[in-house]
Amino acid sequence: MRALVIDDSTTMRAIVSEMLGGLGFDTAQAGDGREALDLLESGQRFDLACVDWNMPVMDGLEFVAAVRARRQWPYLTLMMVTTEGERGQIVRALAAGAHEYVIKPFTPDALASKLVLLGLLPVRELR
Amino acid sequence: MSISAGTFSFVADLVRRCSAIELTEGKEYLVESRLLPLVRQADLAGVDEYVDTLRRVPHCAEHDRVVDALTTNETSWFRDFSPFQALTGHVVPTLLARRPNATSLRVWSAACSSGQEPYSIAMACQQVVPDLRVDITATDISAEMLARGRAGRYSQVEINRGLPAGMLVEHFARAGTQWALSEQIRGRVTFSQHNLLDPPPSAGPFDIIFLRNVLIYFDLATRADVLRRVRSVLRPGGFLLLGATESTIGIEDTWEHLAIGRGFVYQVNPSGVL
Repeated sequence: MRALVIDDSTTMRAIVSEMLGGLGFDTAQAGDGREALDLLESGQRFDLACVDWNMPVMDGLEFVAAVRARRQWPYLTLMMVTTEGERGQIVRALAAGAHEYVIKPFTPDALASKLVLLGLLPVRELR
Repeated sequence: MSISAGTFSFVADLVRRCSAIELTEGKEYLVESRLLPLVRQADLAGVDEYVDTLRRVPHCAEHDRVVDALTTNETSWFRDFSPFQALTGHVVPTLLARRPNATSLRVWSAACSSGQEPYSIAMACQQVVPDLRVDITATDISAEMLARGRAGRYSQVEINRGLPAGMLVEHFARAGTQWALSEQIRGRVTFSQHNLLDPPPSAGPFDIIFLRNVLIYFDLATRADVLRRVRSVLRPGGFLLLGATESTIGIEDTWEHLAIGRGFVYQVNPSGVL
């Protein structure tokens, strides 16, 4: 499995990448939505994108909407990973096409539980 | 820091008497790590000193806190996921097919901790059979966990653990730094204190019993005893769901198991023997 971690914070990218690495994912990183979209358009295949909301150039919500509008990557699961935790924001992200939503701060087992829900991780990884 | 053999033996005996949970040798680290918060609150130097104070007094609330600390477990929403797929994809449809005129189902969520399991059951049933009345009896040995379950309020960290975002926005509202569960879902669950070694809850008989990740803490004889009690309040044709690493096999042979997805569900063999 390959995951793309999209966040303008290098620290956050490193943390999420390390968690995903511990769960068996190969990871790549992008600093904003535009950079992530460029990686997808270059032909790189990812099973999962962990998407921060607030980023320069192209934010997470715009990225999710752009991916869904293109319909080129139906295998790509989109999970928002953000500090934005208001109910209305979660509704907007899901409506734009995000499959799941994790609010920072979160623990590795929380991330794992969401990946199990999404069918990207077997249940035994939760033990 | 480590604990003395006497301390471990006292705590293990206390927990066994009050909950039937076996703390086997090698669990010293568990006793130490779970009791350290109580030691700090009592402003004592270490676990040995803390346990010494308990030895000198008759059983009191502090002893109960020790039992609580060692018997309450981490929990999450839709834990292991597959039991809830089995619930909505097989168990509920099978029960309703057998009783087409049924207007309600009774569920027992045993050892429910802080409520995530019974509320997950309620949300899952709401999704697939919204018009069916589902009464869930949720029991735990810990009064503290039951109070948390009744409150129906969870931190962001707890919410992140396994709750699908769609269900979060459907059933929860922000309450400061926490999330509060809707009255509609809370109203389906009744919490009550119960020790699995005591007679089963009077709200039975039940159509479905969740007894997940609790048998593993008991010795073989206690597991058989608990399963026998569970069987006595399971309606004919009802279903038992156990934890992913648990089974009735070799403990109580009156059960038959059925593979559903990645897990198993259990039913009492109609003939009583396999």
